[in-house]
Amino acid sequence: MSKKLQDRIISTDVELPATTLASSPHVVADQNVSHIMLWVVGALAPTAIWAVINMGAVALVLLFACIASTLSTEWLWNRFARKPQTLKDGSALLTGLLLALALPPRTPWWIAVVAGIVAIALAKMLFGGLGWNLFNPALVGRAFVTISWAGVLAEQKVPGGWFRGIEVAASGKYDAVSGATRLAVAATDRAASGAYDFSLRDQWMPLLTRNLEGSLGEVSAGLLILGGLLLIFKGIIDWRIPVGYIGTVALLSWAFGSDPVFNVLAGGVLLGAFFMATDYVTSPMTRTGRLIFGCGCGLINVVGRFFGPSPESTTWAILFMNGLVPLIDRSLIPRTFGWKGRKRA
Amino acid sequence: MVEPDLKPTDNHIAKGPPVPKLGFKGGIHPTDHKAATRSAPAVRMPMPARLFVPVSQHLGAPCQPLVSRGDLVQRGQTIADVDAMVSAPVHSPVAGEVISVNLRRLLSGSTALVVEILPDEHQDWDSWMLVPESDDAIAMVRAAGVVGLGGAAFPTTVKLTPPRDMPIHTLILNGCECEPFLTCDHRVMLESPDRVVAGARIIADIVGAERIVIGVEDNKVDAADALRAHAGSDVEIFVVPTSYPQGAEKQLIYAVLGKEVPHGKLPAATGALVQNVGTALAVADAVQLRKPLMERIVTVSGSVVTPANLIVCLGTPLRDLVAAAGGFGPDVGRVIAGGPMTGTGVADLGMPVVKGTSGLIALTTSQTAPCVNGDQACIRCGRCSDACPMFLQPFAIGIYANIASWDGAEHFHALDCIECGSCSFVCPSRRPLVQLIRLAKHRLMERGAKL
Repeated sequence: MSKKLQDRIISTDVELPATTLASSPHVVADQNVSHIMLWVVGALAPTAIWAVINMGAVALVLLFACIASTLSTEWLWNRFARKPQTLKDGSALLTGLLLALALPPRTPWWIAVVAGIVAIALAKMLFGGLGWNLFNPALVGRAFVTISWAGVLAEQKVPGGWFRGIEVAASGKYDAVSGATRLAVAATDRAASGAYDFSLRDQWMPLLTRNLEGSLGEVSAGLLILGGLLLIFKGIIDWRIPVGYIGTVALLSWAFGSDPVFNVLAGGVLLGAFFMATDYVTSPMTRTGRLIFGCGCGLINVVGRFFGPSPESTTWAILFMNGLVPLIDRSLIPRTFGWKGRKRA
Repeated sequence: MVEPDLKPTDNHIAKGPPVPKLGFKGGIHPTDHKAATRSAPAVRMPMPARLFVPVSQHLGAPCQPLVSRGDLVQRGQTIADVDAMVSAPVHSPVAGEVISVNLRRLLSGSTALVVEILPDEHQDWDSWMLVPESDDAIAMVRAAGVVGLGGAAFPTTVKLTPPRDMPIHTLILNGCECEPFLTCDHRVMLESPDRVVAGARIIADIVGAERIVIGVEDNKVDAADALRAHAGSDVEIFVVPTSYPQGAEKQLIYAVLGKEVPHGKLPAATGALVQNVGTALAVADAVQLRKPLMERIVTVSGSVVTPANLIVCLGTPLRDLVAAAGGFGPDVGRVIAGGPMTGTGVADLGMPVVKGTSGLIALTTSQTAPCVNGDQACIRCGRCSDACPMFLQPFAIGIYANIASWDGAEHFHALDCIECGSCSFVCPSRRPLVQLIRLAKHRLMERGAKL
């Protein structure tokens, strides 16, 4: 049976629309740099809001000072370096937010501004801008002011949150004048009693939900964990860094005879593990490398906490491991498909 | 690394639910956009007013035209050929008259002689000039002009005669069709499963393979079922996880055999031969029906009025395909021949369909990748190396290629890149990674490097 056919196409009026032409691939994934940065900002937003609610206007001032400082530093740098403006990539916003969350609420606003300038100008733009910096900008900013104004930051008054008076009155344990963090109290207790302390269990709930001692970001470990899980679930951060980091902290704290859960929840571990150490630019590029990096951060963090001069060692742990990233990357170049058993030329 | 246990268990052979979930490491999951044409049966498109049949539609030695202006040609008549090993003749898909033989630019970017044919008013699609009968199946495949229909258009006869020191034990038919939008292989498997299996047996017979595996991605289980219904105990259906680029030769061999094609070696070094399912169908047509390769299924999809799978005569201008699909839809940002991951941007709708043209896709402006001058610095997220199915570090090759350091690019194994485009796809900084790697490969080969 043959099909004798058909109308010829005469309609040759189909014209090519005004299109662009480029080589393949012609499609790209949805996520670009701004999306990624905004997702991280979004994951941190509940923590920031909760900090403002509980710590009051000081937290808001600090957030504003840090973010305004990082944004304007980057804008001015690009302006005077005659480079295209890069605020749209969202990284300066994220740096400002991270910086604020890593500082104690009563940080004077001008110190926050200096921290923001150092973070962007010294740690990022001087290296060539986003993608080229070796060290986490927010942590460099924090480290700079922590060293420069150690006294100012340590002696600040307790945060004047709306519920603060009630809590101080109720607890009676925390030094209302020095505003010592729970971690510092634990360290002092340990030094006084000479024994490591497994009785920190009653600290878990306040640390998870509402904690006014420590930096802005420590206001609720629970919110940080939720934000971190969201980023892992969205495929924005690799679970290997936080899992390696937190796992090592927990394991080593337990090995040193302290409460592993308390040591994970208190201090900067969660903010560092989920949001600082996972910074793409300053963490390794291979999966194995990220696991090693995370474990290294945890190791240094715990060693610093138990044997260092201050229990707040997250900043130094991550900055130190940032410095090792080129070495980690260089020693873990993946074996190419089809090169099993062959040496790289 | 643990070698997967890949004994051909009865799971593959039994007509039951598919089991192996092997896949490969790396890869991406682009939106597949296949729903528009997945269940559209392949229909013959209306007869074009003119055909423009290039005399060379394959990788290898170009053919010479055997016809000239004014000649009358029959459907299936050889109109171009050359006496060379890596080559495939070209046939007229219609009965008609040769109007001209002129140089024209093709989709590949090269210029070639094109035979312009005015088709007769009435065509008998069910008959054709028969391929000369031969005891040698390879000779019939050669005479029928069969090339790889997956896109590379490599002459099939070459792959059917592997080097003597590399015996083929497994024939793998590639039914993965991992490119977004494309459904032509899907329709081939659904509509002609018996012919695909028949072609597989012919090819296995030619190369002496004792094992036949058909790899199908798990977004096409209906195709797997259709094939399974016609596969005897000699043909295994492997359902592999849907992931781009599962249909790449090396990645499919890895999914089926768990073996990596060694650097610098032919895939045959693993004992495997990979053929596209459409190619298997063409082989069956050539050997059993003595039918030359004159037409193929092309998926016309994206922003067109009625997306379709069309049976298209080779040489049909792309413009007519769009007309057959009802014209362009709104907001077309780029037109692509082939799939959006590896296809070619179309600059001129007058260019003809060739043997390797699997699709014609109209992307909307929002779907279209931005042009490369919008890229930002690498933020070292590592997505490119996580996605690379060859375990390369595309960001590194890109950095070296950017500063024209070809030694650096070679050190990071630019030459092993299969150009699947996964790195450019995932890059949040929109860096043109695979494009830079292509440049590096090109420069390295110019100075004498071998793939």
